[in-house]
Amino acid sequence: MTSDLIAVFPESPPPELVRTLDLAGYRWKSFASADDVTKAEPSDGWTGAIVCADHDIDAAWNFCRALRKRDAANAPLLLLVSGAQLDDLTLRDELFDDFCLVPFHPRELEARLRHLLSYTQSALRPDVDDYGQLVLNLETYQASVDGRPLDLTYMEYELLKFLVQNPGKVFSREMLLSRVWGYEYYGGARTVDVHIRRLRAKLGEEHANLIQTVRSVGYRFGQSRWS
Amino acid sequence: MLEQQRDYVLRTVEERGVRLIRLWFTDVLGNLKSFAISPAELENALEDGMTFDGSSIDGFSRIQESDVLAIPDANTFVTLPWADAKAPEARVFCDIHHLDGSPFGGDPRQVLRRNLQRAHAMGLDFLIAPDIEFFYFAPPEPGQPPRVLDEASFFDLTTTDVTGSLRKETIRTLETMSIPVEYSFHEDAPSQHEIDLRHTDALTMADSVMTFRLVVKEVAAAQGVHATFMPKPLEGVQGSGMHLHMSLSNADGNAFYSADDPYNLSETAKRFMAGLLFHASEITAITNQTVNSYKRLVPGFEAPVHVSWARNNRSGLIRVPVPKRANPLATRIEYRSPDPACNPYLAFSVILAAGLRGIEQGYELPAEADSNLFEMGDDALGKLGIEQLPQSLADALRVMETSSLVYETLGEHIFEWFLRNKRSEWRGYKTQVTPFELQRYLRST
Repeated sequence: MTSDLIAVFPESPPPELVRTLDLAGYRWKSFASADDVTKAEPSDGWTGAIVCADHDIDAAWNFCRALRKRDAANAPLLLLVSGAQLDDLTLRDELFDDFCLVPFHPRELEARLRHLLSYTQSALRPDVDDYGQLVLNLETYQASVDGRPLDLTYMEYELLKFLVQNPGKVFSREMLLSRVWGYEYYGGARTVDVHIRRLRAKLGEEHANLIQTVRSVGYRFGQSRWS
Repeated sequence: MLEQQRDYVLRTVEERGVRLIRLWFTDVLGNLKSFAISPAELENALEDGMTFDGSSIDGFSRIQESDVLAIPDANTFVTLPWADAKAPEARVFCDIHHLDGSPFGGDPRQVLRRNLQRAHAMGLDFLIAPDIEFFYFAPPEPGQPPRVLDEASFFDLTTTDVTGSLRKETIRTLETMSIPVEYSFHEDAPSQHEIDLRHTDALTMADSVMTFRLVVKEVAAAQGVHATFMPKPLEGVQGSGMHLHMSLSNADGNAFYSADDPYNLSETAKRFMAGLLFHASEITAITNQTVNSYKRLVPGFEAPVHVSWARNNRSGLIRVPVPKRANPLATRIEYRSPDPACNPYLAFSVILAAGLRGIEQGYELPAEADSNLFEMGDDALGKLGIEQLPQSLADALRVMETSSLVYETLGEHIFEWFLRNKRSEWRGYKTQVTPFELQRYLRST
């Protein structure tokens, strides 16, 4: 679990924010810049972050970006902005999770923060799918086996993802074509064979048999988790 | 779909710390061209393409319309296995466009795309599996004949060590780059090797052949060996071919298969073969594009010389291999004239076009020629109506020049430029006085 530490920007936050956090019993630490917060990041990540954008909005965005760059799940980020800055939020939705207008009402800020933390607590783990030694990170589109990253083309990745998410089921080539390629693809069923062949080669001899050929039916990935 | 593909590429570059993205494309003669961009440029490149001066590329733009646009095909993005692990690199194939976004006529990849679309409109997809032959030599020295690696006196390491490990490393590299290998073995001639690839759709395969040639050369060069796809580097032994195993697939599976035919060939397959045979001479300049290509197409070295087909006769131009376990998917034809020095995009295009012409116009397949054609005299062949393939680059160009099929298939830009370029290659060759002539005529005349 996390060390329950909230990152705050800027280094000297407005007194009413400090008061609200302290009264609500949150542990927090403030930082002057994106660099500082990156360096100080606990090994298990921040629990959340509060960024005051009302004084230096560019520095605030940099701070947000630094927190969003990491591979692991993003810490929920609450942005404090003035009414005049609302336009600046456009097209930056990926940089924050919720925002609150300044001057804020302490009860509102506390409620929003509580909601944000509880909401993301359940989804803290990155979106990962795994099967034995095979791990797919759906967030970053990366696959690895025995900790070794796999170099996959986009369609190879999509096919592997589909198979890993449906272990133990037998799929016909046509079914794979319609679910993975999703449109009528010219290569037809042969395309599926080509991609299966490539995936097996990339998984390596040891894991190639994860994808089994079911004669005159199609392919099956691994065993069902429930059998 | 496209959006997600782009996202996949961008995230992979970020996650894997890729430092350099190589944008690959191919010139008219089939040379791989590349320029590199930084990850910061990639998003923009995927969206709008990268402009470059095409006039610096052979067979591309004329000076007055020199700027063209390279638009990456995100589907072809892979990391390069031979790059420094600390500074990973990736490549992506590009389609070349005019600045207004229309396809650029000098881009071979677009030519193949256009021809494949014609097949798609007929409900057909073109599948190809090439057998690619090549030689490993000691690094060439100017003016010296190639030195084979199989003769210990020439090269200190024993054969099996060098070429065996080269082939193994080559196959490993190909597989990481999504190019599955079916077989590989040492060929008949000293220092000659063959690697057979598994079939894919024609566009993917043309990209794969380009990658293949680079991989074979890169892996060899890393061990101080020179790999060459020259069609006939050594006199008196076999040359290097690129036999193409081909089939068309449709919604029902293999369009070349019929359970009712003794050879399991469908009407579609027979007409395709008839088209290919009928237009074979017209397309030979494209499938065999060098002066040297025609030194390979001579009797006695398992290369085709005559325009014929047979089930199991390696002297024919088209062979119909016997499929393993009578598997319908394995029914295919093998076109045996192309060599690995061709431009795969253009070669696949003209072969497909010739075959489709046969299907569209319902050509009749001539009778099978199952005797050894190399042993027959010209008269006997004439009686069977069996013609020869063009005997030289000049011959091939003369036939190609009159072909409306090749003109339509390649488009005006490439058709004209190719003929100009190749005629000048022939002129350069013709002015030479060869050792053969000196030996033969200097004293006797």
